[in-house]
Amino acid sequence: MMEIRTPKTHKAKRVLEKRAPKLVENGKKTLILHGTKTSATLSSVLMELYRLKKGGAIKYSRRNENIRPFESGGETSLEFFSQKTDCSIFAYGSHTKKRPDNLVLGRMYDHHVYDLIEVGIDNFKSLLSFSYDKKIAPHEGSKPFICFTGEGFENVPELKQLKEVLTDLFRGEVVDNLNLTGLDRAYICSAISPTKVFLTHCAIKLKKSGSIVPRIELVEVGPSMDLVIRRNRLPNEGLRKEAMKSSKDKPKKKVKNVDQDDVLGKRGRIFIPEQEVGKTPLPDKSKGVKRERREGKLKKKKNKEEGSASKKHKESE
Amino acid sequence: MDMETDQIYQIDVGNLLAFNPNHRFSSAPSSREELVKECVTEGTKLVQAIADTLFNLPSTETNDGPLVQLPPPSTKLPREKHLPRPKPPTKWEEFALKKGIQKRKKDKIVYDETTDKFKRRHGYDRVNDDNDIPIIEAKASDEPGEDPFAKRLDDKKKRVGKQEKNRLENLKSAAKAGALPSHVQLAVTGLPISGTKAQPKKIGKEALGDVAGLAATSTASGGKFDKKLPGEKPPKKQGKHHKYLPVVPRYGWVDEEKEQTNKVLGKLLSKHSHEILNVGKAINMYNDKKEKKKSGRSDKLKAKKDITKKKPYANKAN
Repeated sequence: MMEIRTPKTHKAKRVLEKRAPKLVENGKKTLILHGTKTSATLSSVLMELYRLKKGGAIKYSRRNENIRPFESGGETSLEFFSQKTDCSIFAYGSHTKKRPDNLVLGRMYDHHVYDLIEVGIDNFKSLLSFSYDKKIAPHEGSKPFICFTGEGFENVPELKQLKEVLTDLFRGEVVDNLNLTGLDRAYICSAISPTKVFLTHCAIKLKKSGSIVPRIELVEVGPSMDLVIRRNRLPNEGLRKEAMKSSKDKPKKKVKNVDQDDVLGKRGRIFIPEQEVGKTPLPDKSKGVKRERREGKLKKKKNKEEGSASKKHKESE
Repeated sequence: MDMETDQIYQIDVGNLLAFNPNHRFSSAPSSREELVKECVTEGTKLVQAIADTLFNLPSTETNDGPLVQLPPPSTKLPREKHLPRPKPPTKWEEFALKKGIQKRKKDKIVYDETTDKFKRRHGYDRVNDDNDIPIIEAKASDEPGEDPFAKRLDDKKKRVGKQEKNRLENLKSAAKAGALPSHVQLAVTGLPISGTKAQPKKIGKEALGDVAGLAATSTASGGKFDKKLPGEKPPKKQGKHHKYLPVVPRYGWVDEEKEQTNKVLGKLLSKHSHEILNVGKAINMYNDKKEKKKSGRSDKLKAKKDITKKKPYANKAN
């Protein structure tokens, strides 16, 4: 009792094709939402994160009471939203007495939760509190530089995961061609302690230097905050392996039976398999195969004509 | 620029990413401002390192500025969706593979021999249009009295139906392998009745309402005291359904009551009245009525008669 349903409009078809799994994927979109309670700092963090990622983010304004990312049943809403909005990263903010100013950054694989990392926000400074020359303000949607400093990002597994998540979050689309005049923002993440990361957003000023490469100057413009690692959940091995699979992973096949010679050039060896006379597909000589018959007849006619023409020629001679 | 020998940054140009694994922040933090300053200076160094590589890439000049070809990113990040799965070959594709049938490209314009013109293959005014055949010659195998044009239409419908069924089967096997094309959805329309393949007919709103009404009135109290569900509408016309014709006919309109009686009379007095009137049944009904009238009351309410008792004057009255 199944029915085939196809989209009735071209636009709908294009949307579905855009969201389908592909070899080369689109940039990941971010879903920003919050739980039952948010503090002033947390709501401004979420708002500013949305502004930074404008064009690649969706912000939900209602509170969501049944989302608990770290509990087994509490992810269903998140997965549903991810499916609806086609977002693969989410930032969920909540404020409780036990975990004040809590931000959970998570990623999805196939619209199921892949990994989670929970951070607390300290010393938050909003966009608006920074004063700078408006001319250098970064444009919306420009590709940012991402910098990580500190040995913690290599040694501490939680910070390693945070580094990966932040790269995914700030990266945006993967581009082939980049316009060098459009580089105007940078995210600086420094591991100031094994549990704390200082994150800030800066605008780039390009100054003239002696060579083609301009001298870079960074001016703090955007929000800056301290991220304190709380809980995290790593993806299980099988899922991680599957998600990390890419189409170019297959190693270049060793080309067999081809050898290069300076004298003879490129030589190949061909092996002819055994001819199984009983199993070859015979030509279909049934009446319905008209084209072959027609072509065959034409060929025959041509041959006959040529034969008779040559005969005539001979006779005339 | 002097860089210390162990200050090698991990740079990923494709992602515009740089990582300095060697810097140590002092565990005894100086003032907040100094810490921030330190972070920003370290960051500047990293961005400078990326820019060094970036600006040295071969660039092309465009109206907006110099365009560089970025190398693919070197840090591996997890995908957001699975890799597209290969779809299983359809039944025709398997057959074609086995038989060695190659796909041939069909032209959009084909030469039509009947009109000696080039016509398109599909669409308006096409070659070999089914509707254009004026004459279909009868074959020995044709049954007399069968419309060949209707038969052709029928055959076409059957072929189309078969094709749709095959298409559905192919899509089902693709869905099983997880490789359904992105714009197609297979939707389950209705639950099958167990044991049959028949599709349950979709009941409309009105029909459901009628059935609900029927069920209600079939209760002992005629549905008067049934609890009403929220949103249930009051039953339609209750009680007996009568249509009363107007006593005085409207001016210019036919007298419906007269017509009604005339119709019945006409049927009775017509040539074929014996076919309409079941004389035996009519006689039985008349006799029953007469007997009931004689007894005065209906049989149910009356106490049952004792047949064994003799009635002195029963026969005499008849």
